[in-house]
Amino acid sequence: MSELRDLYQEVILDHYKRPRNQRRPAGANRDAQGHNPLCGDRVTISIELDGDRIKDVGFSGSGCAISTASTSMMTEAIKGKTVKEVEALFARFHHLVTSSDDPGPDVEALDKLAVFQGVREFPVRVKCATLAWHTLRAALEAKPDLISTE
Amino acid sequence: MSPTRDLAQEHGPGFDAQRLRRDFPALNQKLHGKPLVYLDNAATSQKPQAVIDAVSRYYAEDNANVHRGVHGLSERATRAYEDARAKVRRFLNAGAVEEIIFVRGTTEAVNLVASSYGRGHVGAGDEVLITHLEHHSNIVPWQMLCEAQGAQLKVVPINDAGELDLAAYAELLGPRTKMVAVGHVSNALGTVNPVRQMIALAHQRHVPVLVDGAQAVPHFRVDVVDLDADFYAFSGHKMYAPTGIGVLYGKRALLQAMPPWQGGGDMIASVSFAKTTWNSLPYKFEAGTPHIAGAIGLGAAIDYLDEIDFAAAGAWEHELLALATRRLASIPEVRLIGTAAEKAGVLSFVIDGVHAHDVGTILDREGVAVRAGHHCAQPVMERLGLAATARASFAFYNTQDDVEALVQGIHKVIEVFA
Repeated sequence: MSELRDLYQEVILDHYKRPRNQRRPAGANRDAQGHNPLCGDRVTISIELDGDRIKDVGFSGSGCAISTASTSMMTEAIKGKTVKEVEALFARFHHLVTSSDDPGPDVEALDKLAVFQGVREFPVRVKCATLAWHTLRAALEAKPDLISTE
Repeated sequence: MSPTRDLAQEHGPGFDAQRLRRDFPALNQKLHGKPLVYLDNAATSQKPQAVIDAVSRYYAEDNANVHRGVHGLSERATRAYEDARAKVRRFLNAGAVEEIIFVRGTTEAVNLVASSYGRGHVGAGDEVLITHLEHHSNIVPWQMLCEAQGAQLKVVPINDAGELDLAAYAELLGPRTKMVAVGHVSNALGTVNPVRQMIALAHQRHVPVLVDGAQAVPHFRVDVVDLDADFYAFSGHKMYAPTGIGVLYGKRALLQAMPPWQGGGDMIASVSFAKTTWNSLPYKFEAGTPHIAGAIGLGAAIDYLDEIDFAAAGAWEHELLALATRRLASIPEVRLIGTAAEKAGVLSFVIDGVHAHDVGTILDREGVAVRAGHHCAQPVMERLGLAATARASFAFYNTQDDVEALVQGIHKVIEVFA
């Protein structure tokens, strides 16, 4: 049960039940769609990119608790950040959910996103946690194609 | 005495699920520290020791290529392989062993018919009729055929309970219909389709019918002659046999008229660069060295089902499905998906406010293995307005205790998401 509680933390359940930024920003100039064929989850990430800074971000779509909460919390975490800062954050997040190493000092930099550490005990759920991030990267790279986790 | 044994006794002394469980070594293990409760039988069943031993014995004692060698080992391997075909013939009550083609599985069987029969009989403007309940493997080969031939794919609708609309089926059977393909039992919802009636209707219009029996043969006795099926396909691995072996039954006259599907060794009578002549049935459709061990394992699985009283096993599964349906229906947060009057083996459900994937993860940590997702049947999920369901599917080795573990697991899901 403790592993389950580590995965389904209160913050994650809260973002699943009440996702933030579930909208398309009025000034959105980049969109990308992500798809996880394993569970059928689909997400669209829309960003307003101002130079190299993410001025605003929102999403639409439906998915499991991990995927929805990860998307919701990502939108909160990246707003106002530069593309370079976001890339660094994704690298840390990816390490957090996939590596069995001690997360180390990087956990601090992840701030609220550190709640996803429990995902590493559930390897089949890693794709749920990273779908939004892969989709975000596609939006930043202006890739029109559907991004798939497979 | 456990409650399971009480239930077993109602079915007479011939059937004892607790005793039969011991024949399946994989069931005897823990998952995340909990006793394994295996409820993913519609994906694949576990294998009895008798099947594992038959495969192992073949490789240890009789391994040789079939239909080739003059030596004793090849003779033994050939005999074992052909004995397995004879067992399948009896299992399906087919008229002749020539009508039993060994393939990799249901998917390959459907592709064989779509290619070999389909390309010869379905032309531009013709129609192939399938249903909204089909597994992707009984959709995509027909789609590919229709695209190649300029034909149209027609789909029999279902009602909200997940039952086929037979009146619509009768109407869709038209002068351009050249083929009907239907699942005997829906893998996503468990609906048992009235295939006997559907075949009779199709035959009035001289349209042949392929039945996808992958989810039927593990649960009840299928008689292809009684059904009057033109083609019947199933996989070994869902009925306690190895993966990679399956069967296509076809009526002899149809198979004889069909061109080979794949070319290679064993499927020829003679080869020259000027002309090659085809081997007789069933070898015409078995190019290359077949999955000999798999066929022998399938034969062993049929022997096993003969020994345990398959009819009693089916009745037991039916009791378990009814019990699980009652128990889950009494949980307010649970909605059952697929409530057809006739069902076999499958209980699909969703929990309010919880994605099926999360249900699957939490149940897994409780030791309960279920499938979560679209079950390779996206059209039926879409028809019911769902992205995914959780699916518990039963075999005769499941018990009341397994149903109870599922119910407790669901309560855990609700607790985590409360």
